[in-house]
Amino acid sequence: MSASLQKGINALKEVIDAPVASYLNSCVHCGLCAEACLFHLETGDPKYTPIHKLEPLRRVYEQEYTLLGRLKKMVGLSKAVTDDELEEWQELVYDSCTMCGRCSMVCPVGNDIVYMVRKLREGMAVSGHAPDGIKGATKRTVEIGGPMGLKWPAVANVIKKAEAATGETINVDKPGVDYLVLLSSMEIVNYPEYLEALVKIFKKAGITFTLASDAFEATNAGMQIGASDIAKVIVSRIINSAEKLGVKYVLSPECGHAYMAIRWEGPNLIGRPYKFEVRHVLEVLEELRQKGVLKMKDKFKEPLILHDPCQIVRRGGVLEAPEPLVQTVAENYIPIVDKQKWNWCCGGGGGASAIHTEEAEALRAKAFRIKKRQIEENGVNTMVTFCANCRIVIEEGFDHYEMNTQLLGLTELLAEHLED
Amino acid sequence: MQGPLIDTLARRGVTRRTFFKYCATLASLMALPPSAGRAMAEAMAAAPAASKRPSVIWLPFQECTGCTESITRSHSPSIEGLIFDAISLDYQETLMAAAGHQAEEALHHAMKENEGKYLLIVDGSIPLGLDGAYSCIAGKTNLEALKEAAKGAAAIVAMGSCAAFGGIPKANPNPTGAVSVSDIIKDKPIINIPGCPPIPVVMTGVLAHYLTFGTVPELDKLGRPKAFYGETIHDRCYRRPFYDQGKFAKTFDDEGARKGWCLFELGCKGPVTYNACATVKWNAGTSWPVESGHGCLGCSEPDFWDGGGFYRALSRPADPLKMAATAAAVGAAAGVAITFANRAKKSSAKAAHETVTLADLEK
Amino acid sequence: MNEMQFLTWVRGPGLDIAIGIFLLGVLWRLIEIYSLGRKVDVAPGRHRDGASGLHTVFRRSVPPPGMIKRSPVTYIGGYVFHIGLAIIVFLFEPHIILIRDLTGLSWPGLPSQVIDLVSVITLGAMLVVLADRIKNPVKRYLSTFADWFTWTLTFLPVLTGWMAVQHLLLPYTTMLALHILSVELLLIVLPFTKLFHAFTVFGSRWYLGKINGHRGVPV
Repeated sequence: MSASLQKGINALKEVIDAPVASYLNSCVHCGLCAEACLFHLETGDPKYTPIHKLEPLRRVYEQEYTLLGRLKKMVGLSKAVTDDELEEWQELVYDSCTMCGRCSMVCPVGNDIVYMVRKLREGMAVSGHAPDGIKGATKRTVEIGGPMGLKWPAVANVIKKAEAATGETINVDKPGVDYLVLLSSMEIVNYPEYLEALVKIFKKAGITFTLASDAFEATNAGMQIGASDIAKVIVSRIINSAEKLGVKYVLSPECGHAYMAIRWEGPNLIGRPYKFEVRHVLEVLEELRQKGVLKMKDKFKEPLILHDPCQIVRRGGVLEAPEPLVQTVAENYIPIVDKQKWNWCCGGGGGASAIHTEEAEALRAKAFRIKKRQIEENGVNTMVTFCANCRIVIEEGFDHYEMNTQLLGLTELLAEHLED
Repeated sequence: MQGPLIDTLARRGVTRRTFFKYCATLASLMALPPSAGRAMAEAMAAAPAASKRPSVIWLPFQECTGCTESITRSHSPSIEGLIFDAISLDYQETLMAAAGHQAEEALHHAMKENEGKYLLIVDGSIPLGLDGAYSCIAGKTNLEALKEAAKGAAAIVAMGSCAAFGGIPKANPNPTGAVSVSDIIKDKPIINIPGCPPIPVVMTGVLAHYLTFGTVPELDKLGRPKAFYGETIHDRCYRRPFYDQGKFAKTFDDEGARKGWCLFELGCKGPVTYNACATVKWNAGTSWPVESGHGCLGCSEPDFWDGGGFYRALSRPADPLKMAATAAAVGAAAGVAITFANRAKKSSAKAAHETVTLADLEK
Repeated sequence: MNEMQFLTWVRGPGLDIAIGIFLLGVLWRLIEIYSLGRKVDVAPGRHRDGASGLHTVFRRSVPPPGMIKRSPVTYIGGYVFHIGLAIIVFLFEPHIILIRDLTGLSWPGLPSQVIDLVSVITLGAMLVVLADRIKNPVKRYLSTFADWFTWTLTFLPVLTGWMAVQHLLLPYTTMLALHILSVELLLIVLPFTKLFHAFTVFGSRWYLGKINGHRGVPV
């Protein structure tokens, strides 16, 4: 295979820009980023300090793009980045970083640490130092169509079931409709009720939509592993299909990284804006709620708290939509202290949930204690969220700690209580 | 208290009581215990007849005669002058009556008669340039004269900033190669009494100490008597509250100046100057530079002429900045150079980019 | 060299060299960093009031919710010594005279007794943050020689300045000269160490705010 350290260093050289340089030169080693990182807080291990995760990037920057650094390298006074070091860093850059972005929220000198982690992954990936789990997901996405190896027939099956459950026809490959609907494999496999909920709501709202048989997968393992060329290939499937179908909008589903990929990274990967608009499902629902379309026939009565998925809220900018939607369907919504853009990550984003080594799973279990405490401190038995990966990771967490907390998906909850 | 000096003073209308008060003041100025005042009075009063009084030889080198003028402008001329009755001032070019060969004769006679015992006072710096030819007296360079006189001296008083530190002749570019006494003499006790000129009572006070106790008073690192040079002007300045409040005169006749505000901004070197001006003052306590509205020059400090300018505040640069503009330009050039280098590196990295495929994810 | 010559040197050639290297370093490093540029973000932006680079430059000076409790020493110690340094440097009359000499700008200062008190507090705060850097596992883990060195170079000017005024250890003239020398060392080192954050903090916060603001997230 063709991964090499040289390719990795070259990739880093390509992605280093003025923000990276500014950030790396601003760090004063205050350690506050560690106080915002759930992996550090729940393990107490200083190696998980976010800025420390960037050490290889910092040295490449110094040795390649600074005068003094270059001079130091010329006289042999600098420490080169090695394969062994990158191997050691795999755990720091992938297992213990979900790219949740909380570190960037607290750094007093204004460093966007997650911005740099994303770039470091470009070097990690092509030097062969990405975790096997994410490599596998990427391979399956490129070769088969999705990270879990799902092929269209499985999707078609889910569509058929949803049609049966709702009594509606679900368009496939239909041009000229309002929305191209995307799904994440996790939803297709674990939460197919999401599609039913969508159908129900869109029917009520009079929104036309279609799925695409050549572009149903919303997630982008290429982005998570840090291989922009591969991410581009994956996201282009959606872009080409959407532009071919001539839809006005592409609907990003309840999946965090999918939103990041299609809404924010996609145009930059292909180098131009789209001929359509990307909207997150919650943005659409909130708009409908404001228009008065989302009238509830009854409300969910149990007290519940909301988990804000990092990639949608803090990183994606869908800040205002979720809470009013929760309030509209829940009678007893308890806002938590660290909410909205201050939320705590479920511990499984950024591809972490695809890493199935013993150490990675133990680490995620430790990190989950933050969510466990949120539930216990608020004395609730129900949590609602809107990302299929968060759902699977949180449910695994509940399992591990033998909690009988109920986890609900927001779109499904809304559809369930929707007035007919 | 008896003695020839007392009689002399009485003849000139100075009572014993006044004399004793003077000695007590002198002692207290030097922070000596009260008993020292009496000891001084008794020692000076008992000064023996002319032939037995301690010999003092005063050699003038590259000087302006300001120190001699100062010591004779004492606040009680009669008493200051009478101190000279307590010593045998065997050679002093300004004050002595003799001149020419007679003066030389007096000098050599005194040196021979009192060898090892005379007090040598020096004012003015010693030029080393042109083998000392810049200043010669009686055919001898000052350097030769100093070395010769120092050999038989019990102690040396370097009177004034020139003798103590080199003074104005030493100021940049020091054309005569002027140096201080302590630059030349290394094997005798030297008391530096700097000032341009020194305060009269400081000079006489040190002499009185030496006459009374026969020892050199406690000196600071620069060889100055701590009694008079132990505090900075700043720490004893009556305008200090204005400094602390930030009330500075900005010109010599603005509102601040007229209100007697601090002169720091006008270049006062009070904070780095050790002398007694702020407490003892000048002209029998009439006034002193700051009180008269002019900042302290720092004249009792070495190299005060080259201290960046009398009118430049201490916190301002001593010289105008010369490198700033060039350095900035060089820095900008370095930045631009590395920018080009960085651009080139980025381009070649981009050129070296091979589209990443799945194979590239595995080693 | 006697103490007066030492003082005159640090006020003269020493300052000239230090300011020269400082300006050289600042310009070089600013250009070196920011000339790398940034690719234009072609994704359609989401506008949100209060989410921009400029907002973050100011807003990031406020501790995020819950963080002071997690790290009180870092925040409180950090604020105290930064503000203390600013007060000492910019509101002590002799310093203002220097600034006016160099830039033409001036403003009223604070009484020197207030500056004295602020100096003591600043020194205390700096010692506390040093102790924390040694004690706190994360800070200790991250710290390199450069961190200790830059702390020392920042501490010495405050210490020597205060000691000069208090007439501690060495005579005033020498202490003052050492104070000016320590400032010169700080100036020379600043552009080439983490102390350069004094300049890059604005760029970093601005980029952070702009990049996140593009997505509609006020940071």
